[in-house]
Amino acid sequence: MRKLRKPVYATAGYNTISFGSGRKEFNPKKARPGLEEYITEAGKGVIAQINDPNNIDEGIISNFMAARFNHQGNLAAMIPMVHPSLEYKPCTRVEGACGSGGLGLYTAVKSVLSDVSDVALAIGVEVQNSVKAVYGADILAGAGHFRGERKEGHVYFFPAKFSDRAGACYQKFGYDYVRKGMAHWYAQAIIHARKNPKAQEYHNSIEDLIATGMTPPNSKAFCEHINVYDCSKVSDGASALIFASEEGLKKIGLTKKDAVEVVGWGQSQADISKKPDELTKLTTTRRSVEKAYEMSGIGPKELGFLEVHDCFTIGGLLHLEATGVVGYGEAAAFVAEGKTAINGEMPTNATGGLVGFGHYTGGTGTRQAVDILHQLIGKAGDCQVEIKSDRPYGMLISMGGNDRTVTCMIFKPAV
Amino acid sequence: MTFDDRLKNVSIVGAAGKMGSGIALLLAQEMVTQKLKPENKNQIYRLHLIDVNESALDGLQSYLKSQLVKAGEKVTGMLRELYKEHADLIENYDVIDAFVNDAMSVLRLGTDLGAVKDSKIIFEAVLEDKDLKVSLLKNMEKMVSPDTVYFTNTSSIPISVLNKDANLGGRIIGFHFYNPPAVQRLVELISPESTKPELKDMALEMAKRLRKKIVPSNDIAGFIGNGHFLRDGLYAIREAKKLAGEYTLPGALYAMNKVSQDLLVRPMGILQLIDYVGVDVYQCISVTISGYLQGEDLKDDLLAKMTQKKVLGGQFADGSQKNGFLKYEKNRPVGIYDADKGEYKMFDPNGWSGEIDKKLGAYPQGFYPWRSLLMDPKKGEKLSAFFKNLNASDTPGAKLAKGYLKNSKSIGEFLVKTGVAKSAQDVNDILLNGFYHLYGPINDYV
Repeated sequence: MRKLRKPVYATAGYNTISFGSGRKEFNPKKARPGLEEYITEAGKGVIAQINDPNNIDEGIISNFMAARFNHQGNLAAMIPMVHPSLEYKPCTRVEGACGSGGLGLYTAVKSVLSDVSDVALAIGVEVQNSVKAVYGADILAGAGHFRGERKEGHVYFFPAKFSDRAGACYQKFGYDYVRKGMAHWYAQAIIHARKNPKAQEYHNSIEDLIATGMTPPNSKAFCEHINVYDCSKVSDGASALIFASEEGLKKIGLTKKDAVEVVGWGQSQADISKKPDELTKLTTTRRSVEKAYEMSGIGPKELGFLEVHDCFTIGGLLHLEATGVVGYGEAAAFVAEGKTAINGEMPTNATGGLVGFGHYTGGTGTRQAVDILHQLIGKAGDCQVEIKSDRPYGMLISMGGNDRTVTCMIFKPAV
Repeated sequence: MTFDDRLKNVSIVGAAGKMGSGIALLLAQEMVTQKLKPENKNQIYRLHLIDVNESALDGLQSYLKSQLVKAGEKVTGMLRELYKEHADLIENYDVIDAFVNDAMSVLRLGTDLGAVKDSKIIFEAVLEDKDLKVSLLKNMEKMVSPDTVYFTNTSSIPISVLNKDANLGGRIIGFHFYNPPAVQRLVELISPESTKPELKDMALEMAKRLRKKIVPSNDIAGFIGNGHFLRDGLYAIREAKKLAGEYTLPGALYAMNKVSQDLLVRPMGILQLIDYVGVDVYQCISVTISGYLQGEDLKDDLLAKMTQKKVLGGQFADGSQKNGFLKYEKNRPVGIYDADKGEYKMFDPNGWSGEIDKKLGAYPQGFYPWRSLLMDPKKGEKLSAFFKNLNASDTPGAKLAKGYLKNSKSIGEFLVKTGVAKSAQDVNDILLNGFYHLYGPINDYV
């Protein structure tokens, strides 16, 4: 694997609120912001942190299914809505299901590395509350193989896919052991989200989170091996940040202390028409992680904190294992012992993750990068983790489909 | 002929009304589910929806379509299974859409009563008017085959009277849905001796198919549900009249409505419930029941006056509440009818209604509104504690509530004593399941 030919920095991040059920102000019967409002809010949130938007060279927008959720295609053409200076700039839309955000980061980094741009604006967005959950499930099922598996699939296609993974884990490692790990993952996600005013679960007031997380799965009401608390919610929102070269950083009037440096990444693609090799492992994710470690020259011991793609609690546990921070089958215990909490050994998803913060699918990878940026420059507010000098690295994993499209990216402080 | 064979051709007469439309939705769902079973692949299913009101039939069609979509969204897993052989129906949207289309294709809407001729089961849900019902039944008898059976949704007319007057030979049973039929789980089953035993079995099977809970009632006018509701409502109106000197009549009606909702922990006040059912329907039930029972006066001049002045309650086509005893804005009561002036007196928390609230006194400790207790697993304990405190309280509000509770209990006991209900449990079951009360009227709270 090649090393980066020059430093690439990320800076000026912004997240909107993750909006949907759970937020006090959410009312499904009332009109809500759409793609336009979210893209504009996130883009302007970035622009407010730089000297002059004219210095942005290009725009990249990550989105999964606006064509179906919002009847809107041609999303690259929504980037100039952010500011007139973006009119006629080159813009690209990328899509890789729920891993679209990760692909957007990867695309922006490549653009800077190739000297095409010094300053690339990466936006990620999804607005999903436009349809009822039963139809949203159809749309999100597009992350799987439509012709190969949708017909025989479950009403709630993706929850059922991860329910199968949970079932396989119960069989391999024991129901009580894994279930407890999943319940603790849920509880931790909510506890972290309660510290983050933009999180969808910020207002969550459930007293006994572990008992809630332990709710036995009911296949008649939902899925065979997971309950509704194991799932991230339906979310609307957007995130944005800038990727820049050293010159680019100067051009926009920021310094390295405002930025983080990309030290490695891995992007891996699995064949959508094939079933996963092994339900108790995320093999594509593992490959992306290995590539990122190789490029950055570090291993799990140097990682300070994680941003993993817990679209389902079981996915969170499997991602943790894929990072190598814990061994195969060890994540449930690691989480139940509190080691992934904000003040734990390996703080994970400190702003709530997909289960707690929310999951505006196509924008989640972008949101993870923004949160890593904020952690490493000390601007994560009540969600701030302690960054130790011997472990200054933050890793994100952005996953599309059932471990099909996976981007892993590692960052460190720029100074 | 099996029950499933009968279910292939069913009619609802009075289908566009409030009860008929709900019954239509339930039957449409059951019939299309049968139709979609592989073993019934080439069978034809017909649900005839008949009503005299042509424009209401248009509304019925739209209502059924939108409700079938909602129903399909709730059983999408079952639909995916039912349509699994259809390679072209892949997404949830596809199977829900197919389900709605298949269900709509079962329906035949029209004004012609002749459509009933091939039906083996006929639901009768027309106005609560004995002469109308009898004449309709007689007309249908001329057209249908001799093994056709009738399910009547009458809420007050004795079934044996309809059977005798229309000369049906025991082919009619009382199958009384609660409003709205698609939501309320209760069906009051009235099966007098005249009813053929096989029809009772059919009714039990029908209840099972429509996922309804059956509570039997004897064939005495008003049955259990309206037997209690009518007397309960009349008690409130008559108490209000007694209190009129002190509170004014609108003020006293306001007080009784409030006490019956809050201090009796019911889903709505008694006058709001009468409005929901319809003042005219309520009046009609009171006249009907009075006609069959001796020695008890169940008519009221205020009801007659309101009906005459067309202050009727009931709902608009969109489901929102019409004004009756109470005036509504966004379905919330905002005023009370002053029958003498023929106008509404708006609630005024800083004026007259606030004064009455004060006069009724503070609520006893342990008070929770109905809604907050509905899903509470400890509601039994909480209600016991609250009613204990209510008994110990002597505020004017508590006194009215205690009188109300005692009267409600004595109505329940009267229904058992006079043989309308077979047991106290049946009375309580009706109020719990048909009226969404949190406790039965026959209790130890008073």
